[in-house]
Amino acid sequence: MALAKRIIPCLDVTAGRVVKGTNFINLRDAGDPVEVARRYDEQGADEITFLDITASSDQRDIILSVIEACAAEVFIPLTVGGGVRVIGDVRRLLNAGADKVSINTAAVQNPDLVAEASAKVGSQCIVVAIDAKQVGPDEWAVFTHGGRNRTELDAIAWAKRVQELGAGEILLTSMDRDGARNGFDLALTRAVADAVDIPVIASGGVGNLQHLADGVSEGRADAVLAASIFHFGEYTVRQAKEYMRARGIEVRL
Amino acid sequence: MAGSIAVIDYGMGNLRSVWQAVAHVAEGREVQVTSDPQVVAAAERVVFPGQGAMPDCMRELDARGLRPVLLDAARNKPFLGICIGQQMLFEHSEEGDVAGLGVFAGQVRRFPGERMVAADGARLKVPHMGWNEVRHSAPEHPLWQGIADGERFYFVHSYYVDPADRSIVAGTTDYGIPFTSAVARDNIFAVQFHPEKSAHAGLALLANFIRWSP
Repeated sequence: MALAKRIIPCLDVTAGRVVKGTNFINLRDAGDPVEVARRYDEQGADEITFLDITASSDQRDIILSVIEACAAEVFIPLTVGGGVRVIGDVRRLLNAGADKVSINTAAVQNPDLVAEASAKVGSQCIVVAIDAKQVGPDEWAVFTHGGRNRTELDAIAWAKRVQELGAGEILLTSMDRDGARNGFDLALTRAVADAVDIPVIASGGVGNLQHLADGVSEGRADAVLAASIFHFGEYTVRQAKEYMRARGIEVRL
Repeated sequence: MAGSIAVIDYGMGNLRSVWQAVAHVAEGREVQVTSDPQVVAAAERVVFPGQGAMPDCMRELDARGLRPVLLDAARNKPFLGICIGQQMLFEHSEEGDVAGLGVFAGQVRRFPGERMVAADGARLKVPHMGWNEVRHSAPEHPLWQGIADGERFYFVHSYYVDPADRSIVAGTTDYGIPFTSAVARDNIFAVQFHPEKSAHAGLALLANFIRWSP
C-alpha cells in the first residue's frame, strides 16, 4: 500500500513521427506518435514523455498538433521536452494538452526561466531535464545541446539548484549510457535522488527489465524512463511492471 | 441549458485536460469551460478543478465574482471538486493561512515533509506525485461504481484535507500517513487526485458523475 514507482515510455518525435536512434544517430522509424501513445496507455504506462528532437525551428509547431491529438485520446500525464526556450514555449505546450514541460539547455543558459515558469504555471508542470556525463570518480558534469556541450556545472549541485528554482521533478539522463542498453548509471541516479526532495526520473541505458528494477531499487529513482525496449515490441509496459512487482517494487497494474 | 456541464475557470492554470476527459464521457452533453457566473448558474452540473496555490485560487475566484454562484451550485447541483477544487471547499488552509469557501468544516494541511517515511524506511518526497491507492469508505457511493476498492489514481499535491466531520470521508489514501483523498455529502463529491489523468479508473469516475442523480 504505497505510491507506485512509475514507468514512463519516452517517444523521440521528429517531423511528426516517433524515432529512436543510438546515441542520437541512425534514427529508426518507430511509428505514429498517437498510435504509439495509445498502445502504451493500454499497456498501463503511468505517463508518457515526448521529446521533440526536430532540428529546424520552422518544424517546431508539429509537436503541438501531436500533443493535441494524443491528449484527446490518452488520459494519463503527458510530458513534453525538446526546444523549450522561453515561457511562451511552456504555455504553448501546456495549452496543446501537455501536463508537464521539460526544460533542458534553456535552464542552464537561463536559470530564471525555471523560476519564472514554475511561478507562473506551477512547479508540478515544470520538469528540468539534466544530461550528465561522468568526468571523474563520483563526479558528473552537466551537458547541453543533446550532449554535445560540456558545462561547468556539477550534476548533483545543479539538481539541488533547480529544485530551489522551483522545478517539480528531475529527468536525469546519463549521456554515457543513453542508447547503450547496458543499464542506468546507478551511482549517478542514486547520488541525485538522495540529494533532492523532488521526484527523480532515471533515464538512459535501459536494455532489459532488470535495468528498470535496478533504477528503482538501487538508483532510488521515483520513476524510470525507457524508449527502445518498448518501441520495437521486445517488452510491453505490462511485462515490465509484472517483472518489477515480482521483485517487490510497488507498481500500478 | 439543461444537461450541460460547467467546468469552472478562474484563471488558474490549464483546464484543457479536465475539459477533454469530461467531454470524452459526457455522452454528447455540452461541456463548457467558463468563468461566466450565468453559464455556471444555468448548468445542470458543475466541475470545480484547481491547480496552483490556494491563496491565489481564492483570490482569482473572487476577482471573477464566482463565489456566490459556486456556493449555490454546491447546495443544489451535482458538484465535483478536483484537487485544489476539493481543498477550497473547506474552511481554512495552512497554505498561505487562507480561508476557504467553508462548505465543509475542517482544515487543509501540509504533509509533514521530512518526517514522512514509508513502511520500508524510505524517505517520502513532497509533493506526493504519482499513482496511489484509494480505499473506499462504507457505504459505497454511486461515484465509486465499477471502480475497485484500492484502485490507483494519479495525485500531485503537497496539501490534503482533514474534515472535521469524518462521516463525509469517501476515500482514504496512505502516504506516510493515512489522509482523506475523497469526500462526499449530498450532491457534492470531491477528490484530491486527478480523475482526468487517471486513465480508465478516472474516466469511470467522471462517467459516474455525469450519470449521477443525487
